[in-house]
Amino acid sequence: MSDQDTICAVSTAPGHGSIGIIRISGNDSIVIAKKLFHPSRPKDLLTVPSHTIHYGRIIDPEDRTIVDEALVTIMRGPGTYTREDVVEVNGHGGPVALERTLGLVIAEGARQAEPGEFTKRAFLNGRIDLAQAEAVMDVIKARTDASNRAAQEQLKGGLSREVEDLRQKLIGLLAGVEAGVDFPEEDIETPEGRPLGKEIESVALTIKGLISGFAFGKIMREGLATAIVGRPNVGKSSLLNSLLREDRAIVTSMPGTTRDIIEESITINGIAVRIIDTAGIRDTHDLVEQEGVKRSVAALASADLVLLVLDGSEPLHDGDRQILEEVSRKNTVVVINKADVPRKLEKLARPEVQIDVSCKSGQGLDELRKAISRMALGEQGAPGEHAWAVNTRHKQALEKALNSAEKAAISERNNASPEFIALDLRDALDHIGTIIGATYTEDILERVFRDFCIGK
Amino acid sequence: MYTQKRYDVIVIGAGHAGCEAALASARMGCSTLMLTMNLDTIGQMSCNPAIGGLAKGHLVKEIDALGGEMAKITDRTGIQFRTLNKSKGPAVRGTRAQADKQRYRAAMKESLEKQTGLDVKQGMVEKLLVGGQRVSGVETNIGVQYLSSTVIITTGTFLKGLIHIGLSHYPSGRAGEFPSLGLSDSLRQLGFELGRLKTGTPARLNGRTIDFSRMKIQPGDDPAPFFSFSEKTHPLQQLPCYLTYTNPLTHEIIKNNLDKSPLYAGVIKGIGPRYCPSIEDKVMRFSERERHQVFLEPEGLDTEEYYANGVSTSLPVEVQTEMYRSITGLEEVEIMRPAYAIEYDYAPPMQIRHTLETKKIEGLFFAGQINGTSGYEEAAAQGLMAGINAALKVQQRQPLILARADAYIGVLIDDLVTRGTNEPYRMFTSRAEYRLILREDNADIRLRDRGREIGLVSEVDYQQFVEKRQSVERELKRIKKTWVKPSAEVNAVLEQRGSNALSSDAALEQLLKRPELSYGDISVISPTDHPLKDDAAEQVEIQIKYEGYIQRQMSQVERFASLEQKDLPEDMDYDSITGLGSEVKQKLKHVRPVSLGQASRISGVTPAAISLLLVALEKRKRGRS
Ligand SMILES: Nc1nc2c(ncn2[C@@H]2O[C@H](COP(=O)(O)OP(=O)(O)OP(=O)(O)O)[C@@H](O)[C@H]2O)c(=O)[nH]1
Ligand SMILES: [Mg+2]
Repeated sequence: MSDQDTICAVSTAPGHGSIGIIRISGNDSIVIAKKLFHPSRPKDLLTVPSHTIHYGRIIDPEDRTIVDEALVTIMRGPGTYTREDVVEVNGHGGPVALERTLGLVIAEGARQAEPGEFTKRAFLNGRIDLAQAEAVMDVIKARTDASNRAAQEQLKGGLSREVEDLRQKLIGLLAGVEAGVDFPEEDIETPEGRPLGKEIESVALTIKGLISGFAFGKIMREGLATAIVGRPNVGKSSLLNSLLREDRAIVTSMPGTTRDIIEESITINGIAVRIIDTAGIRDTHDLVEQEGVKRSVAALASADLVLLVLDGSEPLHDGDRQILEEVSRKNTVVVINKADVPRKLEKLARPEVQIDVSCKSGQGLDELRKAISRMALGEQGAPGEHAWAVNTRHKQALEKALNSAEKAAISERNNASPEFIALDLRDALDHIGTIIGATYTEDILERVFRDFCIGK
Repeated sequence: MYTQKRYDVIVIGAGHAGCEAALASARMGCSTLMLTMNLDTIGQMSCNPAIGGLAKGHLVKEIDALGGEMAKITDRTGIQFRTLNKSKGPAVRGTRAQADKQRYRAAMKESLEKQTGLDVKQGMVEKLLVGGQRVSGVETNIGVQYLSSTVIITTGTFLKGLIHIGLSHYPSGRAGEFPSLGLSDSLRQLGFELGRLKTGTPARLNGRTIDFSRMKIQPGDDPAPFFSFSEKTHPLQQLPCYLTYTNPLTHEIIKNNLDKSPLYAGVIKGIGPRYCPSIEDKVMRFSERERHQVFLEPEGLDTEEYYANGVSTSLPVEVQTEMYRSITGLEEVEIMRPAYAIEYDYAPPMQIRHTLETKKIEGLFFAGQINGTSGYEEAAAQGLMAGINAALKVQQRQPLILARADAYIGVLIDDLVTRGTNEPYRMFTSRAEYRLILREDNADIRLRDRGREIGLVSEVDYQQFVEKRQSVERELKRIKKTWVKPSAEVNAVLEQRGSNALSSDAALEQLLKRPELSYGDISVISPTDHPLKDDAAEQVEIQIKYEGYIQRQMSQVERFASLEQKDLPEDMDYDSITGLGSEVKQKLKHVRPVSLGQASRISGVTPAAISLLLVALEKRKRGRS
């Protein structure tokens, strides 16, 4: 942890409201923003005036996908809260998109802020006066307590045990390496087990499993973001109402009824599901509807699961084909609605699960619910082997640990001298330590003396 | 009462810590008195006749770079030298020597006696003279007082020393020597907290009764490596060591007699080192092992005594005899001195500062085993630092504190004062988080300037170092900017080394980074106008070959530097900082860290706590201005 790092954090509570803010502070904040944010009109964020707002898209530099639409505010120090360069990203796509954007900001080199760290910087950089110092301490304390409590909650599950196992395994590996380095004269018997390289690889695999559990942990925490999409009048709002079992959204026979996003939460098989009804996607000259369509596309992009609704009583439409194209990269269930009337829709050769339902009669809705929970939990209908990897901070730590473990594995393969392998294994331990507490040299030495007969 | 002349520095004890302390302070121009209970055991090796090894060798080279004595005396009196871990990277190679015990002692005594400004006297200190929390001198058991403004205590295992052999025990500082009883009480009266530690030493065996032909011979390296950066001679004849093993019969003898071991009978209360267990411990804790190594190390050229490394014990003499005789090659062995365990008082080291001065009594310094360490090298390193800092204090100069990124000595002292210890503390390379830059080979580059500044490194030694440094830098520069053409001659050298031939121009630096090429090959491919000495050439090769790792550690050091540089005032009021947990407050008050970096190494002090300290510091600063 260094005061020179560029730091970032989401500054609205997750799950509340569809607009959240990511705040980035530090020397590299504008450079990082420039890499991710593509303004709608060409301009260079590095040279725009301070305290200006810009509209555009957040694009993943890896796969060029659109992550979110956003308003980005550029503020140069010292006229900012922290007196450093500050960028604020106002995303529109809700918590899921926000989390993805945050991940990208971190991938570009920022570090997730410690609790109260923005305020701490504000104080250390002279932005806040002495009278407020106590309040700063309280903020740090309160945020630390809150995040500790939250982390503890999350760690109650399988994670703490799995991460602790992982840490013990790493300590064990390091003990072996260090014993070989520090006690060359002892005839140390390597304990039962696979060769070091294999052990390191298995550690890396475990970390990967924990990271993949991240998506599941997020769903458990924030709910499965499920977007209902389709062209106008296929029965999207009707489907929302049917799943909610109440008349939440307005339903009419007029195409283009729904103009904005409607979000409601329900529980399916114990899983929190956030159902998002969207405006029917079509080309339109109506300005309000245009904006609605834009939001539909964004919701689709950031959803964990897409329910693509088709009207079974009509042949496939060009509009349908266009949307089918758009969802090809997403987890999708194709819902063929209006099963109570004779079918005119041709058979679809699609990889997605297809379910016939009728919002009128309620036919097929149970099957749809089952399909949703299967999509959330995986085929076994239960969380994967490594569930519960929790928040972005944990994910970040695990990814760094993975990186270090992989470096150690490479060094081992290249027959590097053990102290170099140890360097990366220690880094991995340090990263794991940010989740469940620091590891000290004493812990490693303890294992050396426990596992090996040392002492001439 | 008979009062002697005044000194600047008084050193109590003439072990490895005391010798370095006394020499350092006298060489820095302070009038110094060394008091020892016995003039004939100055610089005694009470345990094995060896110096160095992993991490310990690093300490010895650092002592030498700063201008200490241990390396020079070891080179002069060593009878075997080896580099351990030769197949591994340069950071974890360690030099180790067998020393001729008597010659080492005599050579050290000679250095002390010849040192101007240093008086060496026999006398047993019973009491510290203290007025107003400041030390003013010492008093011996026969009532002689010596006055001084600083006192360094380096009493080894002598404080309330208690020797155990079997179930019998008797007060003693070392086999055959008196313990120091009064001094321990004097410290307690001054308010110091004292604890109890235990260590042990194996038997010394008569070589005439050992069948070496049934053991594996272990010669030293040829050429023999050196400890000292300046003197490069090994005048003595070199001897081998021998390796043999215990066996199931040995283990059975031990198991059958455990009730006679004071360790297992609960007679010994002190905590022993985990890395140097008695043979009883090894047999009991690793019962699945069929054998343990026994190294037989010569104690000197003029003696038949051999040190039985690996079988320290506190079993009764008759069991010891039976046990040793069960070992291959030792069937007829005669024990000359039995193995024993010793318990002694130590002062848990959170009571001292990084200068080794005690927090409680101004001018009083502790060094060596009294601080809970074990090992000659650890003791010598502290003795040197205590001597330096006592002298600097007398001269009203800034103290010398080495950082963890500077030296193993820095790691050693910071560990002691930050985390304390409840077993004899020994240095390991794994304790140094920046070990890739704290190598034996660059100890001079890291520390010579510091040694010169304080006045311990002679003009001759320093000039020799400056020349080495210049030639290393010149050659590094040349290698980094020289390109070679893919000529037939160059490719012939490459082919000979099994290295890929060049098809276009190549940077000399890249060639040296190839694992199969050495600096020697590079100097054939592209000779320099200023040929390098071996140590300079080695330095060039290491700095280029390991550049990536070295830079990685340097950037770790830099990342942490801002915390290390934030000083925490000694009178920091931790109780008034809201948000700090009570346990953390307790620890901070106990250690009184000097920097945020040190605070972060106290177990239980989290990043959030460091943030709170940072804010509290800033608040305090603004409150003052
Ligand atoms: N027969 C039959 N009609 C249905 C069914 N579901 C919806 N409808 C009718 O289809 C029409 C459109 O329904 P909505 O739910 O408003 O459709 P939508 O997709 O939300 O339309 P937009 O909001 O305009 O995009 C309404 O007249 C519904 O009564 C069904 O299962 N069977
Ligand atoms: Mg609708």
